[in-house]
Amino acid sequence: MKISIPKTLYEKIKARIEGTDFDSVSEYVTYVVREVLANLEEEKDITLTKEEEDKVKERLKALGYID
Amino acid sequence: MVSKPHGGKLVNRVADHETKEKIISEQKEYPRVRINHGIAIDLENIAHGLYSPLNGFLTQDEFESVLKTMRLRNDLPWTLPIVLDVQSPHFGEGDTILLHYESFPIARMHVEEIYPYKKTDLALKVFKTDDPAHPGVSRVYSMGDRLIGGSIELLNELPNPFAKYTLRPIETRVLFKEKRWKTIAAFQTRNVPHLGHEYVQKTALTFVDGILINPVLGKKKIGDYTDEAIIKSYEALFNNYYPKYTAVLTAIRYEMRYAGPREAVHHAIMRKNLGATHFIVGRDHAGVGNYYGPYEAWGIFDKFPDLGITPIFVKEVFYCRKCDGMANEKTCPHSDEFRTYLSGTKLRSMLINGESLNNLIRPEVLNAIKGLKNPFVD
Ligand SMILES: [Zn+2]
Repeated sequence: MKISIPKTLYEKIKARIEGTDFDSVSEYVTYVVREVLANLEEEKDITLTKEEEDKVKERLKALGYID
Repeated sequence: MVSKPHGGKLVNRVADHETKEKIISEQKEYPRVRINHGIAIDLENIAHGLYSPLNGFLTQDEFESVLKTMRLRNDLPWTLPIVLDVQSPHFGEGDTILLHYESFPIARMHVEEIYPYKKTDLALKVFKTDDPAHPGVSRVYSMGDRLIGGSIELLNELPNPFAKYTLRPIETRVLFKEKRWKTIAAFQTRNVPHLGHEYVQKTALTFVDGILINPVLGKKKIGDYTDEAIIKSYEALFNNYYPKYTAVLTAIRYEMRYAGPREAVHHAIMRKNLGATHFIVGRDHAGVGNYYGPYEAWGIFDKFPDLGITPIFVKEVFYCRKCDGMANEKTCPHSDEFRTYLSGTKLRSMLINGESLNNLIRPEVLNAIKGLKNPFVD
């Protein structure tokens, strides 16, 4: 898969990754995009109905994890 | 906020009561496949969301993607192939089968694909060796010649002597919410705790709301600690040295693969699904013998900026006579002559030989171990 980026940016990244563990500009761009996308994902915990949650709480109480 | 499940949604593949009754009453109609203990445990872990987002065993595309890129086909990090092997299957693609462990039907599976694979390729990619002396590789060599991919529904669970401690992702998540913990460091272990472990756990705990001590229970190698030894010794540590409002002891049932770096990432993903935000990665994490470098499992995390759980890397801990306590290279300036390194192997032989463990292990923990008939698998 090929994606275009400005030549100036390419040169900047190329200089930046010199002496690092990144072997290529592609590898660096992939890394950064993955990081950015992961951070953009909505920070939302799972949603349980009150009934489901109470059932779990009962078990946690019975096992002594919560009072 | 606690970590969201890997892939965004906590998988639940436990059949409800009615479905289960129906399947079991019709069980003679389904082709039956015998599975081993490890597969039965994998089925539980898939069904309860510990392996989210997997809802069954990998299909060929996913399997190859995991081997080659350490990611699922949707780009989500995934390092261990979770597969079901069979020898000369007597059913076909599109069939529904029942997976049996001994006389128990454990799960129903929809067979999406049956495909061949190369064992040496699997071994070299996952374990970085094809040496049959490696326990994970030897397990691969004993597998059937085909893999089957498809989704599952759990019908029954294997008896669990430590059910009290085996909390599922949904349970740990509710627990963390009740405790109002937002940041949680998970500590994986298959050992009894000495002061070095406690030092690492409490160092991490200083910076997060709570610590989840999360031993792995299940089939072990000869010479490993028994599940009972791990639980009893940690109970002793918890009852005497941990505040209840910052620490929780729960376990997972899981069969170690000993795949070193790749498995370290898998361990982190399982703890992410439990809700942990941080995962402590130690020296030679999930390693065995000398197959992996002591800190090789750290480097692999660099490949996953999108893992969704933060690794905490901790160097080897030792007792230093000059420091008069546990320390590591970053905290102690003294030379080796003052240091006692306490590897799992060394602690084991000291326990067996009845050597003095002053300054190395809590007396309550030692008593708990000594109270057992045999703390080691034989
Ligand atoms: Zn020192």
